[in-house]
Amino acid sequence: MAEYAHPEALVTTDWVAQHANDPNVRVVEVDVDTGSYKEGHVPGAIAWAWNTQLCDTTRRDILSKQQFEQLMASSGIGNNTTVVLYGDNNNWFAAWALWQMKMYGHNDVRIMNGGRKKWLSEGREVSTEVPAPAAATYKATGPDNSLRAFLDQVQAALAARSHAMVDVRSPQEFTGEILAPPGLPETCQRGGHIPHARSIPWGKACNEDGTFKSADELKVIYGSEGVDGSKPVIAYCRIGERSSHTWFVLKYLLGFDKVLNYDGSWTEWGNLVGAPVERGAAQPVTQQGAKA
Amino acid sequence: MKVEDFAERRIEIDGWPVNLTSYRIGDTFHCRADNVSPGAGLARTTGATREEAEEKAIARAKDLLGRTRRHEV
Repeated sequence: MAEYAHPEALVTTDWVAQHANDPNVRVVEVDVDTGSYKEGHVPGAIAWAWNTQLCDTTRRDILSKQQFEQLMASSGIGNNTTVVLYGDNNNWFAAWALWQMKMYGHNDVRIMNGGRKKWLSEGREVSTEVPAPAAATYKATGPDNSLRAFLDQVQAALAARSHAMVDVRSPQEFTGEILAPPGLPETCQRGGHIPHARSIPWGKACNEDGTFKSADELKVIYGSEGVDGSKPVIAYCRIGERSSHTWFVLKYLLGFDKVLNYDGSWTEWGNLVGAPVERGAAQPVTQQGAKA
Repeated sequence: MKVEDFAERRIEIDGWPVNLTSYRIGDTFHCRADNVSPGAGLARTTGATREEAEEKAIARAKDLLGRTRRHEV
Protein backbone atom coordinates (compact mmCIF):
# COMPACT_ATOMS: atom_id res chain seq x y z
CA MET A 1 0.00 0.00 0.00
CA ALA A 2 1.36 3.43 -0.96
CA GLU A 3 2.03 5.93 1.81
CA TYR A 4 0.68 9.43 1.81
CA ALA A 5 3.07 11.91 0.22
CA HIS A 6 3.28 13.86 3.48
CA PRO A 7 2.25 11.55 6.31
CA GLU A 8 3.59 14.11 8.78
CA ALA A 9 0.63 16.35 7.92
CA LEU A 10 -1.69 13.98 9.80
CA VAL A 11 -1.83 12.86 13.41
CA THR A 12 -4.05 10.24 14.97
CA THR A 13 -6.47 10.76 17.83
CA ASP A 14 -4.12 8.62 19.95
CA TRP A 15 -1.26 11.00 19.19
CA VAL A 16 -3.38 13.97 20.22
CA ALA A 17 -4.43 12.25 23.44
CA GLN A 18 -0.76 11.81 24.30
CA HIS A 19 0.58 15.18 23.14
CA ALA A 20 -2.22 17.76 23.42
CA ASN A 21 -0.64 19.31 26.48
CA ASP A 22 2.99 19.22 25.33
CA PRO A 23 4.49 22.70 25.71
CA ASN A 24 5.28 23.08 22.01
CA VAL A 25 1.95 21.71 20.79
CA ARG A 26 -1.20 23.77 20.34
CA VAL A 27 -4.42 21.95 19.49
CA VAL A 28 -7.09 24.08 17.83
CA GLU A 29 -10.70 23.13 17.11
CA VAL A 30 -12.20 24.79 14.03
CA ASP A 31 -15.83 23.89 13.41
CA VAL A 32 -18.46 24.76 10.86
CA ASP A 33 -20.84 24.91 13.80
CA THR A 34 -18.92 27.26 16.03
CA GLY A 35 -20.98 26.29 19.06
CA SER A 36 -19.78 22.68 19.09
CA TYR A 37 -16.61 23.50 21.01
CA LYS A 38 -18.62 24.59 24.04
CA GLU A 39 -20.28 21.17 24.30
CA GLY A 40 -16.92 19.65 25.06
CA HIS A 41 -13.60 19.54 23.26
CA VAL A 42 -10.18 17.92 23.31
CA PRO A 43 -8.77 18.87 26.72
CA GLY A 44 -6.33 21.74 26.25
CA ALA A 45 -7.68 22.72 22.84
CA ILE A 46 -8.53 26.30 21.98
CA ALA A 47 -11.05 27.23 19.27
CA TRP A 48 -11.07 29.51 16.26
CA ALA A 49 -14.33 30.68 14.71
CA TRP A 50 -14.07 30.49 10.93
CA ASN A 51 -16.58 33.30 10.40
CA THR A 52 -14.97 35.87 12.69
CA GLN A 53 -11.36 34.84 13.32
CA LEU A 54 -10.28 33.19 10.07
CA CYS A 55 -11.43 35.83 7.63
CA ASP A 56 -11.48 39.55 7.15
CA THR A 57 -14.90 40.51 8.48
CA THR A 58 -15.11 43.74 6.49
CA ARG A 59 -14.25 42.69 2.96
CA ARG A 60 -14.49 39.17 1.64
CA ASP A 61 -10.98 37.82 2.05
CA ILE A 62 -8.75 35.65 4.15
CA LEU A 63 -6.90 37.20 7.05
CA SER A 64 -4.32 39.84 6.27
CA LYS A 65 -0.79 39.03 7.30
CA GLN A 66 -1.13 41.34 10.29
CA GLN A 67 -4.44 39.81 11.35
CA PHE A 68 -2.93 36.35 10.99
CA GLU A 69 0.07 37.25 13.12
CA GLN A 70 -2.25 38.64 15.79
CA LEU A 71 -4.34 35.47 15.81
CA MET A 72 -1.29 33.25 16.14
CA ALA A 73 0.24 35.40 18.86
CA SER A 74 -2.95 35.58 20.91
CA SER A 75 -3.35 31.82 20.53
CA GLY A 76 0.06 31.26 22.06
CA ILE A 77 1.45 30.00 18.78
CA GLY A 78 5.01 30.82 17.84
CA ASN A 79 6.71 30.14 14.53
CA ASN A 80 8.03 26.80 15.81
CA THR A 81 4.86 25.58 17.49
CA THR A 82 3.37 22.30 16.31
CA VAL A 83 -0.24 23.15 15.54
CA VAL A 84 -2.84 20.39 15.35
CA LEU A 85 -6.17 21.32 13.81
CA TYR A 86 -9.39 19.37 14.02
CA GLY A 87 -13.07 20.06 13.63
CA ASP A 88 -16.51 18.90 12.68
CA ASN A 89 -17.68 17.88 9.21
CA ASN A 90 -14.58 15.74 8.73
CA ASN A 91 -12.29 18.70 9.25
CA TRP A 92 -13.73 21.13 6.67
CA PHE A 93 -12.70 24.29 8.43
CA ALA A 94 -9.67 22.67 10.02
CA ALA A 95 -8.44 22.29 6.44
CA TRP A 96 -9.42 25.89 5.75
CA ALA A 97 -7.29 27.00 8.71
CA LEU A 98 -4.41 24.81 7.57
CA TRP A 99 -4.59 26.31 4.09
CA GLN A 100 -4.30 29.82 5.53
CA MET A 101 -1.48 28.77 7.86
CA LYS A 102 0.42 27.40 4.88
CA MET A 103 -0.23 30.60 2.93
CA TYR A 104 1.42 32.49 5.75
CA GLY A 105 4.33 30.09 6.00
CA HIS A 106 3.68 28.06 9.15
CA ASN A 107 5.86 24.99 8.89
CA ASP A 108 4.47 22.47 11.33
CA VAL A 109 0.71 22.32 11.09
CA ARG A 110 -1.17 19.03 11.03
CA ILE A 111 -4.70 17.67 10.88
CA MET A 112 -6.12 15.24 13.43
CA ASN A 113 -7.30 12.42 11.18
CA GLY A 114 -11.01 11.82 11.67
CA GLY A 115 -11.62 15.16 13.31
CA ARG A 116 -14.10 15.85 16.07
CA LYS A 117 -16.35 12.97 15.06
CA LYS A 118 -13.66 10.35 15.59
CA TRP A 119 -12.67 11.81 18.94
CA LEU A 120 -16.28 11.65 20.13
CA SER A 121 -17.00 8.23 18.66
CA GLU A 122 -14.02 6.77 20.49
CA GLY A 123 -15.51 7.87 23.80
CA ARG A 124 -12.56 10.03 24.68
CA GLU A 125 -12.23 12.62 27.38
CA VAL A 126 -13.67 16.06 26.63
CA SER A 127 -13.44 19.30 28.53
CA THR A 128 -15.45 22.49 28.66
CA GLU A 129 -12.57 24.49 30.10
CA VAL A 130 -11.31 27.21 27.79
CA PRO A 131 -7.54 27.56 28.02
CA ALA A 132 -6.01 31.04 28.05
CA PRO A 133 -2.60 30.60 26.45
CA ALA A 134 0.14 33.11 27.15
CA ALA A 135 0.69 35.40 24.18
CA ALA A 136 3.50 34.48 21.82
CA THR A 137 5.48 36.34 19.20
CA TYR A 138 4.75 35.45 15.59
CA LYS A 139 6.22 36.58 12.30
CA ALA A 140 4.41 35.42 9.18
CA THR A 141 5.78 35.16 5.66
CA GLY A 142 3.87 35.40 2.42
CA PRO A 143 1.06 35.27 1.59
CA ASP A 144 2.00 32.44 -0.71
CA ASN A 145 -0.53 33.02 -3.46
CA SER A 146 0.65 29.95 -5.34
CA LEU A 147 -1.77 28.07 -3.09
CA ARG A 148 -4.74 30.22 -3.99
CA ALA A 149 -6.68 30.90 -7.19
CA PHE A 150 -8.28 34.27 -7.82
CA LEU A 151 -11.08 34.83 -10.31
CA ASP A 152 -8.84 36.07 -13.12
CA GLN A 153 -6.63 33.01 -12.78
CA VAL A 154 -9.63 30.70 -12.97
CA GLN A 155 -10.91 32.51 -16.04
CA ALA A 156 -7.48 32.26 -17.68
CA ALA A 157 -7.20 28.58 -16.74
CA LEU A 158 -10.61 27.93 -18.24
CA ALA A 159 -9.73 29.72 -21.47
CA ALA A 160 -6.42 27.87 -21.82
CA ARG A 161 -7.68 24.55 -20.41
CA SER A 162 -4.44 24.61 -18.49
CA HIS A 163 -5.70 23.25 -15.17
CA ALA A 164 -7.79 20.36 -13.95
CA MET A 165 -10.84 22.00 -12.40
CA VAL A 166 -12.34 20.04 -9.50
CA ASP A 167 -15.81 20.86 -8.21
CA VAL A 168 -16.07 19.30 -4.76
CA ARG A 169 -19.70 20.18 -4.03
CA SER A 170 -22.52 17.64 -4.01
CA PRO A 171 -23.67 16.22 -7.35
CA GLN A 172 -26.92 18.18 -7.06
CA GLU A 173 -25.10 21.46 -6.61
CA PHE A 174 -22.87 20.54 -9.55
CA THR A 175 -25.78 19.91 -11.89
CA GLY A 176 -27.64 23.02 -10.80
CA GLU A 177 -30.56 21.18 -9.24
CA ILE A 178 -29.95 23.02 -5.97
CA LEU A 179 -28.22 26.34 -5.40
CA ALA A 180 -26.83 25.59 -1.94
CA PRO A 181 -26.44 22.54 0.28
CA PRO A 182 -29.84 21.19 1.37
CA GLY A 183 -31.22 23.26 4.24
CA LEU A 184 -28.90 26.22 3.71
CA PRO A 185 -29.92 29.54 2.15
CA GLU A 186 -29.35 29.97 -1.58
CA THR A 187 -26.30 32.13 -2.05
CA CYS A 188 -25.96 32.37 -5.82
CA GLN A 189 -27.95 33.61 -8.75
CA ARG A 190 -27.26 30.68 -11.05
CA GLY A 191 -26.80 26.96 -10.51
CA GLY A 192 -24.39 24.65 -12.29
CA HIS A 193 -20.64 24.46 -12.52
CA ILE A 194 -17.61 25.97 -14.20
CA PRO A 195 -17.38 24.52 -17.71
CA HIS A 196 -15.19 21.42 -17.98
CA ALA A 197 -14.98 20.97 -14.21
CA ARG A 198 -15.00 17.44 -12.87
CA SER A 199 -17.44 16.53 -10.10
CA ILE A 200 -15.54 14.90 -7.24
CA PRO A 201 -17.44 15.59 -4.01
CA TRP A 202 -15.10 16.20 -1.08
CA GLY A 203 -16.61 13.38 0.95
CA LYS A 204 -15.31 10.77 -1.46
CA ALA A 205 -11.94 11.25 0.20
CA CYS A 206 -13.24 10.13 3.60
CA ASN A 207 -14.07 6.90 5.34
CA GLU A 208 -17.21 6.49 7.44
CA ASP A 209 -15.26 7.21 10.62
CA GLY A 210 -14.12 10.55 9.24
CA THR A 211 -10.55 9.53 8.48
CA PHE A 212 -9.01 9.97 5.06
CA LYS A 213 -9.03 7.10 2.61
CA SER A 214 -5.75 5.43 1.75
CA ALA A 215 -3.40 6.92 -0.81
CA ASP A 216 -4.20 4.06 -3.19
CA GLU A 217 -7.93 4.69 -2.91
CA LEU A 218 -7.48 8.43 -3.34
CA LYS A 219 -5.39 7.93 -6.48
CA VAL A 220 -8.20 5.91 -8.00
CA ILE A 221 -10.92 8.39 -6.96
CA TYR A 222 -9.19 11.41 -8.50
CA GLY A 223 -7.37 9.56 -11.27
CA SER A 224 -10.60 8.11 -12.65
CA GLU A 225 -11.74 11.70 -13.22
CA GLY A 226 -8.53 12.62 -14.99
CA VAL A 227 -7.04 14.37 -11.97
CA ASP A 228 -3.66 12.74 -11.59
CA GLY A 229 -1.28 15.61 -10.89
CA SER A 230 -0.03 15.80 -14.47
CA LYS A 231 -1.36 19.34 -14.68
CA PRO A 232 -2.13 21.99 -12.07
CA VAL A 233 -5.39 21.64 -10.19
CA ILE A 234 -7.92 24.25 -9.11
CA ALA A 235 -10.41 23.07 -6.49
CA TYR A 236 -13.58 24.96 -5.70
CA CYS A 237 -16.86 24.55 -3.83
CA ARG A 238 -19.33 27.18 -2.61
CA ILE A 239 -17.26 29.34 -0.25
CA GLY A 240 -13.89 27.64 -0.28
CA GLU A 241 -13.89 25.48 2.83
CA ARG A 242 -14.87 22.13 1.30
CA SER A 243 -12.36 22.81 -1.46
CA SER A 244 -9.62 23.45 1.09
CA HIS A 245 -10.33 19.91 2.33
CA THR A 246 -9.76 18.57 -1.19
CA TRP A 247 -6.78 20.93 -1.58
CA PHE A 248 -5.24 19.27 1.49
CA VAL A 249 -5.89 15.79 0.09
CA LEU A 250 -4.34 16.55 -3.28
CA LYS A 251 -1.41 18.56 -1.94
CA TYR A 252 -0.43 16.66 1.19
CA LEU A 253 -1.84 13.16 0.87
CA LEU A 254 -1.30 12.65 -2.86
CA GLY A 255 1.60 15.10 -3.15
CA PHE A 256 0.47 16.96 -6.26
CA ASP A 257 2.86 19.80 -6.89
CA LYS A 258 0.52 22.58 -7.93
CA VAL A 259 -2.90 22.73 -6.28
CA LEU A 260 -4.83 25.95 -5.84
CA ASN A 261 -7.88 26.60 -3.71
CA TYR A 262 -10.35 28.90 -5.45
CA ASP A 263 -11.95 30.32 -2.32
CA GLY A 264 -14.18 32.68 -4.29
CA SER A 265 -15.82 29.46 -5.45
CA TRP A 266 -19.43 29.25 -6.54
CA THR A 267 -20.59 32.23 -4.48
CA GLU A 268 -18.33 34.27 -6.75
CA TRP A 269 -18.67 32.45 -10.07
CA GLY A 270 -22.41 31.77 -9.75
CA ASN A 271 -23.10 35.44 -9.10
CA LEU A 272 -20.82 36.84 -11.78
CA VAL A 273 -22.47 38.64 -14.68
CA GLY A 274 -21.57 36.94 -17.93
CA ALA A 275 -19.65 34.01 -16.46
CA PRO A 276 -20.00 30.81 -18.46
CA VAL A 277 -21.95 28.15 -16.62
CA GLU A 278 -22.53 24.54 -17.51
CA ARG A 279 -25.50 22.64 -16.13
CA GLY A 280 -26.20 18.95 -15.79
CA ALA A 281 -23.95 16.03 -15.09
CA ALA A 282 -20.34 15.89 -16.19
CA GLN A 283 -19.48 14.13 -19.40
CA PRO A 284 -17.32 10.99 -19.29
CA VAL A 285 -13.58 11.42 -19.11
CA THR A 286 -11.49 10.49 -22.11
CA GLN A 287 -8.14 8.78 -21.74
CA GLN A 288 -6.48 12.17 -21.91
CA GLY A 289 -8.53 13.37 -18.96
CA ALA A 290 -10.56 15.74 -21.10
CA LYS A 291 -14.28 15.59 -21.57
CA ALA A 292 -15.53 13.41 -24.37
CA MET B 1 -15.89 13.83 31.32
CA LYS B 2 -15.97 11.15 28.70
CA VAL B 3 -18.21 10.93 25.67
CA GLU B 4 -20.63 8.03 26.07
CA ASP B 5 -23.36 6.28 24.12
CA PHE B 6 -22.16 7.57 20.73
CA ALA B 7 -24.50 6.49 17.95
CA GLU B 8 -25.20 7.37 14.33
CA ARG B 9 -28.15 6.60 12.13
CA ARG B 10 -29.44 7.72 8.78
CA ILE B 11 -32.99 8.87 8.12
CA GLU B 12 -34.80 10.66 5.31
CA ILE B 13 -36.60 13.97 5.69
CA ASP B 14 -38.61 15.35 2.77
CA GLY B 15 -36.59 13.20 0.38
CA TRP B 16 -33.23 14.33 1.73
CA PRO B 17 -30.92 11.88 3.50
CA VAL B 18 -30.02 13.10 6.97
CA ASN B 19 -27.40 11.76 9.32
CA LEU B 20 -28.22 11.86 13.03
CA THR B 21 -25.32 11.70 15.46
CA SER B 22 -26.03 11.54 19.16
CA TYR B 23 -23.98 11.04 22.30
CA ARG B 24 -24.00 11.81 25.98
CA ILE B 25 -21.67 14.11 27.87
CA GLY B 26 -22.40 14.03 31.59
CA ASP B 27 -26.17 14.06 32.03
CA THR B 28 -26.92 15.69 28.70
CA PHE B 29 -27.60 14.02 25.38
CA HIS B 30 -26.44 15.94 22.33
CA CYS B 31 -27.73 15.41 18.81
CA ARG B 32 -26.54 16.76 15.52
CA ALA B 33 -28.40 16.48 12.22
CA ASP B 34 -26.37 16.76 9.00
CA ASN B 35 -27.43 16.71 5.41
CA VAL B 36 -25.56 13.68 4.09
CA SER B 37 -24.28 15.43 1.02
CA PRO B 38 -22.45 17.73 1.48
CA GLY B 39 -22.40 16.87 5.18
CA ALA B 40 -23.16 20.28 6.61
CA GLY B 41 -24.79 20.67 9.98
CA LEU B 42 -28.49 21.43 10.05
CA ALA B 43 -29.19 21.30 13.75
CA ARG B 44 -27.48 20.74 17.08
CA THR B 45 -29.71 20.08 20.03
CA THR B 46 -29.66 18.73 23.56
CA GLY B 47 -32.06 16.76 25.71
CA ALA B 48 -32.34 14.72 28.84
CA THR B 49 -32.68 11.60 26.67
CA ARG B 50 -31.44 10.63 23.23
CA GLU B 51 -35.01 10.61 21.96
CA GLU B 52 -35.65 14.15 23.14
CA ALA B 53 -32.44 15.48 21.58
CA GLU B 54 -33.13 13.66 18.31
CA GLU B 55 -36.72 14.85 18.17
CA LYS B 56 -35.63 18.48 18.43
CA ALA B 57 -32.93 18.03 15.80
CA ILE B 58 -35.32 16.34 13.38
CA ALA B 59 -37.87 19.14 13.79
CA ARG B 60 -35.26 21.80 13.07
CA ALA B 61 -33.82 19.87 10.12
CA LYS B 62 -37.30 19.37 8.68
CA ASP B 63 -37.94 23.09 8.86
CA LEU B 64 -34.69 23.93 7.04
CA LEU B 65 -34.90 21.19 4.44
CA GLY B 66 -38.48 22.16 3.65
CA ARG B 67 -37.16 25.47 2.34
CA THR B 68 -34.76 23.88 -0.15
CA ARG B 69 -35.86 24.43 -3.73
CA ARG B 70 -35.09 21.94 -6.48
CA HIS B 71 -34.52 23.52 -9.87
CA GLU B 72 -35.02 21.87 -13.21
CA VAL B 73 -31.80 20.92 -14.93
